[in-house]
Amino acid sequence: MSLEQPNAIEVRNAVKRYGDFTALKTISLSIKDNEFFTLLGPSGCGKTTLLRMIAGFEDVTEGAIFLYGEEIEGLPPHKRPVNTVFQNYALFPHKTVLDNVAFGLQMRGNSKADARKRAGEMLELVQLSQFAGRKPSQLSGGQQQRVALARALAPQPKVLLLDEPLSALDLKLRKAMQLELKHLQRETGITFIFVTHDQEEALTMSDRIAVMSSGELQQLGDARDIYERPCNMFVADFIGETNLLDVSVDRIESGQAICHLGGGHALTCPSVEEVSAGSKVHLSVRPERLFLTATPDAGNALKASVRENIFVGTDITTLVDLAGGPEIIIRTSNSERGNQRIFDPGTPVYVNMEHGAARLLVD
Amino acid sequence: MAGGATSGGNAVTDTYKEARNWLLLPAWVTLGILVLAPVLLMLVYSFLTKEFRGGVIWEFSLAAYDQFFFDRGLFGDDPAKIEWTYIAIFWRSIWQAGAATILSLVIGFPTAYFIATRPEKQRVIWVFLITIPYWVNLLIRTVSMRFLLRDEGPLNSFLMTTGLVDAPIHMINTNFAVQVGLFYSYLPFMVLPIYAAVERYNFTLSEAAADLYANKWITLRHILLPAVKPGVVAGCILVFVPSLGSFLAPDLLGGAKNFMIGSLIEEQFKGNAGNWPFGAAASMILLTMVLIILVIYARAQARSDKEAG
Repeated sequence: MSLEQPNAIEVRNAVKRYGDFTALKTISLSIKDNEFFTLLGPSGCGKTTLLRMIAGFEDVTEGAIFLYGEEIEGLPPHKRPVNTVFQNYALFPHKTVLDNVAFGLQMRGNSKADARKRAGEMLELVQLSQFAGRKPSQLSGGQQQRVALARALAPQPKVLLLDEPLSALDLKLRKAMQLELKHLQRETGITFIFVTHDQEEALTMSDRIAVMSSGELQQLGDARDIYERPCNMFVADFIGETNLLDVSVDRIESGQAICHLGGGHALTCPSVEEVSAGSKVHLSVRPERLFLTATPDAGNALKASVRENIFVGTDITTLVDLAGGPEIIIRTSNSERGNQRIFDPGTPVYVNMEHGAARLLVD
Repeated sequence: MAGGATSGGNAVTDTYKEARNWLLLPAWVTLGILVLAPVLLMLVYSFLTKEFRGGVIWEFSLAAYDQFFFDRGLFGDDPAKIEWTYIAIFWRSIWQAGAATILSLVIGFPTAYFIATRPEKQRVIWVFLITIPYWVNLLIRTVSMRFLLRDEGPLNSFLMTTGLVDAPIHMINTNFAVQVGLFYSYLPFMVLPIYAAVERYNFTLSEAAADLYANKWITLRHILLPAVKPGVVAGCILVFVPSLGSFLAPDLLGGAKNFMIGSLIEEQFKGNAGNWPFGAAASMILLTMVLIILVIYARAQARSDKEAG
């Protein structure tokens, strides 16, 4: 550890309490240098609290936070080399765009001329040079958002904190900004910590994601890990769309769990540590990892009948009823190969799972 | 098409304008009776000749203004010299009102900030407490203040029993007493507008400034103050203008030596000794001064807005 580059941020057993209410329950995580790291969770999960603790706006009740190996608890916000992009931008309304961006540089001791010159360069980076002399209120939401970004990046912070910065933008602009943010992070090489409740945003941009819920860290991993190998019910349900089925495990054979679900359907899937014969667990399988056939395919094939096909542009969503069991959602891509797997409502079909698509989850 | 639309639009606009004029009428009548008429009356009286037992003779005269600015000797036939007596009273009034304004700002701003940053439910209580003294008449409060500040009053007794001073500090009939009186009378006018401005202030801006390496002082000076400036200016005007013309505090707490404009004007209309045209002239001069100050401020504000915009 000591020979390696220290982590950009290391949160060690951090707890945050407001009176009797515990906002964060003993969180530990480390964020690597030059990483695009996302704190993801529903509102009230403690993600913003954690971000504000790193920024210095909230103190740490217990535990410690380290910035590149140095403990930062006790340093007021204006002495921490981290900058924040606020949810509603918090641009200074009486200052011009250029002076907004130059503010941090001036506060760090740059001369006014130098600060303005570098602020101008930052505005160029976010393509807002022609608006330098305007007031924030004269800009659109997307432009204000880019000014906020330029302002926070200008003093070259060691870590950039972003508190749901895209939530106020419309969908199209949000998508464009997601890519722009990702590119900016690559270009500047600054560690980004991004807070969002939007799982798609998190999956698109992040190197690693920490999924949080009710003040606890649920899972930490890259987008693939989180999406394909959720470690619990909350993560499976919160990230993307999934089919959660109640199953009972009959036996375990060489790492494979043989289970059955309501209606007598049997299926086999990779077992996990906590599961043993006889346990009642949940099975999560993503809709796009399922496909329909007229005759049973090899492996798991569950007898069902098509209820409805819903056309959603890129995909077709099919609802099927398992014979004597629950409803299942299947997503098929709207392509030539995919369209061969679409059946009319009422047709008896078999639901097949791609290899390794099913995942067992314990409560 | 354009023609039709335009004429139709005009008809609507005309009806609208007519309705608007009628709706504005009560406001105009009120303003006319309560503001314009008294000021005009005062203006006319200031150009009339004085009657020796109070009242006026309806004869045009510049004597009142002449008396204010020039000294022509006991019999009025010496060469005109500048009369400093009244100018000095005006100057003292400006000075006293300015000092009271600054004092109110220094105390009122932190108070307003404190109230505005309390939890929402507490704020109502604090604002309520600020306004409680206003349930009592200003005259009674000023007389009580006189009692408090007397040589043998509670404040001096307290200072002497605690051993802080050996002999009573003479406070009554001093500039200090006038200051205390003005400050106490008008402080809420400073606190309330600033409170309203700070309450609307988006405190995330202060966090953003701190995040960008600004210490508390710079955040206050460069981020909070510009944002709440309209409230501060309103507070200063609301304290300065009535302080300038006030006569209760200077009369009751300042005594004869610490005459202010308000007392000077009041004297002219009291009993038989008064000089109505002179009182009216002094009022007009006071009004003109206040207007000049407000215009200068409005100009400066417009200029800074223009520069900023």
